[in-house]
Amino acid sequence: MSLRAPATRLLQRSVATSALGNASRSLSTVAARGRDATSSSPSSSAPLRFSRSGPSSAPARAFSTTSPARDFESPFGVNSLAKFTEEEEMLKEAVRKFANDVVKPRVEAMDEAEKMDPEVIKGLFEQGLMAIETDAELGGAGCSFTAAIIVIEELAKVDPSVSVLCDVHNTLVNTVLRKYASKHIQEKYLPKLASDTLGSFCLSEPSSGSDAFAMKTSCKKQADGSWILNGTKMWITNSAEAEFFIVFAQGDPSKGYKGISAFAVEKSMGVEIAKKEKKLGIRASSTCTLNFDEIKVPAENLIGEEGKGYKIAIEILNEGRVGIGAQMLGLAQGAVEKSIRYAAERKQFGKAITQFQGMQFQIAQVLMEIEAARVLVYNAARLKEEGRPFTKEAAFAKLYASQVAQKASGSAIEWAGGQGFTRETGIEKYWRDSKIGAIYEGTSNIMLETIFKLVEREMQLK
Amino acid sequence: MRPSLVNQIRVLVPIKRTIDYAVKVRPAKDGKSIETAGVKMSMNPFDEIAVEEAVRLREKYKEAITKITVVSVGPPKSADVIRTALAMGADDGIIVEVPEKTFADPLEPLGISKILQEVVKKAAEEEEVDLIIMGKQAIDDDASQTGQMLAGLLNWPQATYASKLEFLDDKPTKGSVAQVTREIDGGLGIVKTKLPFILTTDLRLNEPRYASLPNIMKAKKKPMKKYTLKDLGLEEGAKPRLETLKVEEPPKRQGGAKVADVDELISKLQEAGRI
Repeated sequence: MSLRAPATRLLQRSVATSALGNASRSLSTVAARGRDATSSSPSSSAPLRFSRSGPSSAPARAFSTTSPARDFESPFGVNSLAKFTEEEEMLKEAVRKFANDVVKPRVEAMDEAEKMDPEVIKGLFEQGLMAIETDAELGGAGCSFTAAIIVIEELAKVDPSVSVLCDVHNTLVNTVLRKYASKHIQEKYLPKLASDTLGSFCLSEPSSGSDAFAMKTSCKKQADGSWILNGTKMWITNSAEAEFFIVFAQGDPSKGYKGISAFAVEKSMGVEIAKKEKKLGIRASSTCTLNFDEIKVPAENLIGEEGKGYKIAIEILNEGRVGIGAQMLGLAQGAVEKSIRYAAERKQFGKAITQFQGMQFQIAQVLMEIEAARVLVYNAARLKEEGRPFTKEAAFAKLYASQVAQKASGSAIEWAGGQGFTRETGIEKYWRDSKIGAIYEGTSNIMLETIFKLVEREMQLK
Repeated sequence: MRPSLVNQIRVLVPIKRTIDYAVKVRPAKDGKSIETAGVKMSMNPFDEIAVEEAVRLREKYKEAITKITVVSVGPPKSADVIRTALAMGADDGIIVEVPEKTFADPLEPLGISKILQEVVKKAAEEEEVDLIIMGKQAIDDDASQTGQMLAGLLNWPQATYASKLEFLDDKPTKGSVAQVTREIDGGLGIVKTKLPFILTTDLRLNEPRYASLPNIMKAKKKPMKKYTLKDLGLEEGAKPRLETLKVEEPPKRQGGAKVADVDELISKLQEAGRI
């Protein structure tokens, strides 16, 4: 296990928290005599050697928790969205710690450099966060879809770029193989994707985004059953670091969308990573153009049936949408949490910013919208787990969460005033990151259209 | 070649569920204890270090460590700190359940030591315990007594406030010699002792790992035993001997005052009766 917070930072943290908590921690217990009442008195400088007694020497990492919510169970058999399994709760805590200890210190540097720190990717793999739903026999954790959503949300609270890396890899790449690939291909690639190989999902092209099935990348079947792929994919997340790609290609334009097939492509087959985009937000997440020039893909690497690629794409993007909803949700929470804490300390006109009623009303409104987004996201996740149709709810979740993320992160900047506008404070980054929520994995207009088409069918309007 | 049982050791790690280190604690309404309702609880940080040390021993010495058993004394909810320890790499758990309300009248170190002594006896029915690793103190009471008292009851050596644990042979076996570096006021003290003994962990012994997701899932399947005080014959024996009369916050810190020169400093100190 190589990823550990440096000891000095832990010591600083424990001094900071004990300085905060000590005033109330060192309670005088009148009856217990002979107790060293001065045991809890750290100096506020950070000495590297602690006295052997006293809460100031407690390490900063405390790991297991009992969430009070775990004690609640409905007497009528059906629980609220606040109810999670024990594993989901433990996982949430574990990811929260990981995100704060390992990801947080690197966020600013990664954003400035527009590059994902390899230590973060390594850490995600080591923690088992890159194969959340994959079966244990194939190296995964065998967890629920909601568990994946929890991971994506917790990561996004700290860095939406890291969150999307994990989201695409889990909900798009892994799930395509798990649901549609042959056993042979699953056994070949899922273990690698669980341990050290990053994946990308390649659907969009320069001339086809929302109109995905107008794609031009071609696949030609050879006499021996293998395929030759030619074409260009654009806007591909994770591509600079990925070694494995799910690629959609058109085998027969005369068949329209029914000519599209999906392939499992290794980088070594000849995938060329071309231009890396310079973006407004999620800058640490690599977004590149890929070129396929007469690359040969073995017959067995066809995923599912020939001509059924469109189906795979549509179904998988549904799950992906809940994932993006979770990312936007985490983003909104991360932004406002940071900003509210700042505003509670910042004083003007003799009182804290949060003591002004106008501010209080704004904060309350935003928090309500975040909760509404949370409910949409988790409800969509649970519907999927129950085996119910969830296309409409997934669209609701992504659409609404991305809107809330924009508003919440924008407000977060304003609540923190000038500080909110500086890159150092880390609040403005959330706002820049949030913009993509309305664009990728289905634009907001596509979400609206999807919703209406479903409702039209439900209500039998046509 | 599989080593025979005499060449293997079993490790016991007692852990405590305490209020999370980051929580700002408050006295309860009755003024006799700390408010725990709705408050975040976690594994005592020094106990996390203890679990980590045990798991690292297993990683280093492999089959020489047969079993890492964690034990916790507390209400039924303590099962979750046990599960976390299982997720970090422990093999099985024991919970000695006490009713929720005695959490407000906490069991004292002497009571806990007696309970752990019985647990060690019961564990020996299955496989003897050769090494006990536990946190040097709990962050709620800061007593730093349980390890020492348990050593006394078991008549085992103790190496407390450990910042390093080494085995002088290639691997730990029954009766082998361990060398422990202790953090003491004057610096570092090094002691040698034979197994079985009790080690209490200090901050710098190691940095606990995050439980990875696959390990969290595996933890579900690991066995957990449950005992009551009655099972251990300690319904009377573990009763607390101290009664907490009052718990209150310390007085709020007053701001200081600036003095112009040394004479003023002296007169102010005299006024306050300090000199």
